[in-house]
Amino acid sequence: MPFSDDVLARLDADADQIISKYPRPRSALLPLLHLVQAEEGYVSADGIAYCAAKFGLTEAEVTAVVSFYTMYKRHPVGDYNVGVCTNTLCAIMGGDQILAELSEHVGVGYDEATPDGKVSVEHVECNAACDYAPVVMVNWEFFDNMTPASARQLVDDLRAGNPVTPTRGPSRLCTWREASRILAGFNDGQATEGPSAGPASLVGLKLAQERGWTAPEPEHVSGDADQLAGAGRTAGSGPTGSGVSHADSANPRPGPAVGKE
Amino acid sequence: MTDTLTPVLTAHWDQPDSFTLDGYKRGGGWQSLPKALAMDPDDLITALKNANLRGRGGAGFPTGVKWSFLPQGDGKPHYLVINADESEPGTCKDIPLMMANPQVLIEGAAITAYAIRAKHAFIYVRGEVLHVVRRLRHAVEEAYAAGYLGQNILGTGFDLDVVIHAGAGAYICGEESALLTSLEGFRGLPRLRPPFPAVAGLYACPTVINNVESIASVPSIVGNGADWFAGLGTEKSKGFGIFSLSGHVTTPGQYEAPLGITLRELLDLAGGMRAGHQLKFWTPGGSSTPILTDQHLDVPLDFESVAAAGSMLGTRALQIFDETTCVVRAVLRWTEFYEHESCGKCTPCREGTFWMVRVLERLERGRGTEEDLDKLLDICDNILGRAFCALGDGATSPITSGIQYFRDEFMQHQKEGGCPFDPAASTLFGSN
Repeated sequence: MPFSDDVLARLDADADQIISKYPRPRSALLPLLHLVQAEEGYVSADGIAYCAAKFGLTEAEVTAVVSFYTMYKRHPVGDYNVGVCTNTLCAIMGGDQILAELSEHVGVGYDEATPDGKVSVEHVECNAACDYAPVVMVNWEFFDNMTPASARQLVDDLRAGNPVTPTRGPSRLCTWREASRILAGFNDGQATEGPSAGPASLVGLKLAQERGWTAPEPEHVSGDADQLAGAGRTAGSGPTGSGVSHADSANPRPGPAVGKE
Repeated sequence: MTDTLTPVLTAHWDQPDSFTLDGYKRGGGWQSLPKALAMDPDDLITALKNANLRGRGGAGFPTGVKWSFLPQGDGKPHYLVINADESEPGTCKDIPLMMANPQVLIEGAAITAYAIRAKHAFIYVRGEVLHVVRRLRHAVEEAYAAGYLGQNILGTGFDLDVVIHAGAGAYICGEESALLTSLEGFRGLPRLRPPFPAVAGLYACPTVINNVESIASVPSIVGNGADWFAGLGTEKSKGFGIFSLSGHVTTPGQYEAPLGITLRELLDLAGGMRAGHQLKFWTPGGSSTPILTDQHLDVPLDFESVAAAGSMLGTRALQIFDETTCVVRAVLRWTEFYEHESCGKCTPCREGTFWMVRVLERLERGRGTEEDLDKLLDICDNILGRAFCALGDGATSPITSGIQYFRDEFMQHQKEGGCPFDPAASTLFGSN
């Protein structure tokens, strides 16, 4: 069903704001597809038609883009889309078992929503959290170090409407449509919630602190451009600094020609 | 003697507000931009060349040299595009960096944009990391409010707008030319080079594309000097980097160290392999870098030494697997990933990855033959160097290295009529 006038007015206001950020309008196509996904929960034929009209493209041209990117859904998914990482490392650490047990527990087909519309389950590729393996994403928030039992509990809580907090994310897990709106370019005010870093991100830093290890202090810190440029520069224009303190720091700032190849 | 670990990028991640402008400034942040803006842009480029920072996204191309390739005075807009599409399996350094300290990336972006005479910068972040998108956007807002971005920055007449652009799920968009195509609103297909992005990049204008960690290293280089940076690391691989340990180690996580540290040293810091297990194979820098084994524990993790050992430093994504892991299963899963992510533009990668998955599936089920291994290597031969972009090349790495080191294990599947390993033994919660 085509968008109502109210919806169109709202989409237009948002779309124009997104498009204005780019030197060329078409760069806003991916964000606008996130936007229509936020409106309907997936990228429908209407969503595609809307984007096509916005950019003066054919629906086929927009569909070609939609079908290339895995985050755009072509059918409704759950309010909470659960993605189990089954790329090699997570799979081996337990992701395969988590996905198998979770799929059985939820009891709907792959990438399908439960009858209550709350949850869908799919597998995802590496989500750049391998030090927290096995990883589960819900609406693209991190749930680290999962087990089959904790994954089942997570889904049960989501279906029961119990509050759920990502491991490294905001206090409140947003819905699939809210997440799509953030990806389109709009804030939800939750950026400052949650930790700076999870425990695994900090293991090297903690170890360095315990052992008193630091990066070396610079030999001298001044605002002098010549000092910043390094010894290699005064010795010529070789690509490598010599690593020694250079003897040229009394010089005034040299002309820009030094920097040319 | 340099310390074993040298936290710079990670130094303040333990602060609860490390991602805010105030938290970043408390740790010394935003002091390099004023220094940079007082310099001639060409001097900044020279400084980066002398620091010899090599691209941290995997390829290791010298960042300052890349900057210097941009034509000057050409009358076209210049663009800075930051590749925050971290998707290489095993790679997990940029995401925690942007979550814990997005400000350092924004400061690095401002310095870089000034050096290359760009007034518009884009951070192309993969879409699948919602909280990182929030943190980046928040950092940009704070930087605008403080006068570090926008018009007439710090009264110097330098203008810069930074846009956070969320991708939509496509590994190929981590390839720089595909990223540009995607940022222009198309399917993320790679482009033929030359022309290189430095000449014809975003909107066919001169463009610098750098990895997150590369740009995040710029403020410390500007703040502390090129010699300081070049004084760390090895002769040809200067500076420090984040080493990401994952898998069957006691303490997986992020370890920031000078380039040239070894896996033996890192494993020691990480408490060794998980209790009662031994190292079997590992990737030095993500799934596209050929696997190595316990023979390679003492290879210095720098660009040259890892290459000499037959692999690549890549993104320093050290995925560690113990003796419970079936190498055929691992290689198959990586190959399925490449098949799924192949953009379809070129035949060797599109068709090759498809057929390699079929052959590997047969091998894993115990119905493969020696000839299948030769067939796999033959297909790899027809992809490597013949694919349109590095994704295809990368797809061959797990297979050729897997067969090189574990040929017998592939054949053991045939002898036993299936996989001889118990997958539960590899999990963190299974029977150890």
